[in-house]
Amino acid sequence: MEVTSPVRKPLVTGGKTVHDVTVDVCRRVEEKPTITWFLAVAASLGLLTIGLYSVFRTVWDGIGMWGLNKTVGWAWDITNFVWWVGIGHAGTLISAILLLFRQRWRMSINRAAEAMTIFAVICAAMFPVLHMGRPWLGAYWALPLPNTFGSLWVNFNSPLLWDVFAISTYFTVSLVFWYIGLIPDFATIRDRAKGIISRTVYGALSFGWNGSARTWERYEAVALILAGLATPLVLSVHTIVSFDFATSVIPGWHTTIFPPYFVAGAIFSGFAMVLTLMLITRKVYKLEDYITINHIEMMNIIIIVTGSIVGVAYITELFMAWYSGVEYEQYAFLNRATGPYWWAYWTMMTCNVVSPQLFWIKKIRTSIVATFILSIVVNIGMWFERFVIIVTSLHRDYLPSSWAMFQPTIYDLGDFIFTIGLFFTFFFLFAKFFPVINMAEVKSILKATGEKQPTMRESQTTTQTAEEMTPTTSKN
Amino acid sequence: MVGVFDDDDVLLNAVTKVRESGIRIHECYTPFPVHGLGDALGYKRSKLPIAAFLFGILGTSLALLMQFYMMGIDWPMIIGGKDFTSIPTFFPVTFELTVLLSALGMVGTFMIISDLRPYGKAKIFDLRATDDKYIMAINLAKNSIDTAEIKQTLVNAGAIEVNEKQN
Repeated sequence: MEVTSPVRKPLVTGGKTVHDVTVDVCRRVEEKPTITWFLAVAASLGLLTIGLYSVFRTVWDGIGMWGLNKTVGWAWDITNFVWWVGIGHAGTLISAILLLFRQRWRMSINRAAEAMTIFAVICAAMFPVLHMGRPWLGAYWALPLPNTFGSLWVNFNSPLLWDVFAISTYFTVSLVFWYIGLIPDFATIRDRAKGIISRTVYGALSFGWNGSARTWERYEAVALILAGLATPLVLSVHTIVSFDFATSVIPGWHTTIFPPYFVAGAIFSGFAMVLTLMLITRKVYKLEDYITINHIEMMNIIIIVTGSIVGVAYITELFMAWYSGVEYEQYAFLNRATGPYWWAYWTMMTCNVVSPQLFWIKKIRTSIVATFILSIVVNIGMWFERFVIIVTSLHRDYLPSSWAMFQPTIYDLGDFIFTIGLFFTFFFLFAKFFPVINMAEVKSILKATGEKQPTMRESQTTTQTAEEMTPTTSKN
Repeated sequence: MVGVFDDDDVLLNAVTKVRESGIRIHECYTPFPVHGLGDALGYKRSKLPIAAFLFGILGTSLALLMQFYMMGIDWPMIIGGKDFTSIPTFFPVTFELTVLLSALGMVGTFMIISDLRPYGKAKIFDLRATDDKYIMAINLAKNSIDTAEIKQTLVNAGAIEVNEKQN
């Protein structure tokens, strides 16, 4: 039996019933798209189109179109890659780790957060693929495919290859996890659908789901195991991403703190992106009863925690550089803070270390406007973190004659804009045609955590006992 | 015979009552997983975790075999003067493939045993089962008890509607 806690605030407000959940979520899918939605899609398609030209030039003319030089051989491409992968991590954290911890507040945000994960990973994958220069041959360089060179296999000792496996496994498992959760909700839409097109499409997508007790039983087992698999997976993905740097001998990269530091940073930036998207979605789709201030506050608390871990990691890096006594290491960090890229370093410090601390104040933590602004600030800060780590470590080579600066070209920017357009186009399409809230899960917690439910249940039990006492008179 | 309930706890009690009166339930259909329903219906625990484990082991073995064959036997290469093969550097790929095969294998098994596939046709007794109603289906052909009595039992157990359907 479910127990209602008198201490915890209700997760779903507005006295919603099970049927209300269906109507509130399905209405968005069933009704005609609004003007705002068309404008939003048009804007993101616009960005996509502008960026597409850059992508075309990058592929057609080669990566010489980027601002890379002999010294700084990695810059925006890998910055964007790490940034996007990091953003994706919050989705898995919400859907898998919070499931294992039985945190029920995840239920109304996990669907959209997982969608964000999948789209972010697609955007992230664009950059290594483009950086291959000839993406059509990329499969031979990235995957152990038999080839005519003997077969000359890929190098399994390389962190870059580990990354290929990590990212593709992460993408596949996230997609499967997300889709399994979507099947029951597609079935709900299918059973309500009036038009022949929507009935056929959602009928196909819902895989013939009928909600039988046996299938639900298996479904729950599958969800739990997938969560158990996704949890170490998500930690491994950013750990392996950090190995791309940590296993090299570049000062500023060669540290053992990188894996936990990258994972914390990933969750930090991911939650900021979830907040940015959720605040828009709840406003546009009027889902204030499902994504409450309580949810926003919870996510802000996670931002404080992970933001503080990131802050501690920055300071630890500085301390270790000094304590190690390695001259190159010390110079790398001094140069980050006071060298030609000082502005990037201090932007990163302000956005990632100082700004999340504002969430200690309850008023800011529960303010929608402040949360929205800070979520964007955090995302900017996390982009700069990767830029600082990558470019400032590379631009001062061991040989002073090789010292250089990095100047991004318009094509660096264009490729980034392409992925932003891609991400938002995917997200808006998802928000229109897919159920943005996991209806089945939210329905299952209404009794325990809905606002009106305890009284409802009491009245039901009383009528039930009355029936039991006088079955013949009431029913015959 | 299809009994429609409008509360999951009522359905849960009803399942116990109906089974106690000797009626065999075909299946229940609910909009969300109702905890304890499987037990009440007398279902055994799903063996899917075992499938996940076996597929995981398969992934581990295939990944290790692949890496040892490619790096150690088929084309050994000197990379940084290190050993041709080493478990630590093979570990990340092994881990990822373990997770991948475990997840895909388990979900594939789930799809097959639950008869879920694209364009799969759902066997539905009541369309509201995916919205807010809880359905109990009883196959009259498999029950020797009188139809009127089954109906009465369902109503007594709290069903708001009892319909007869040809399937």
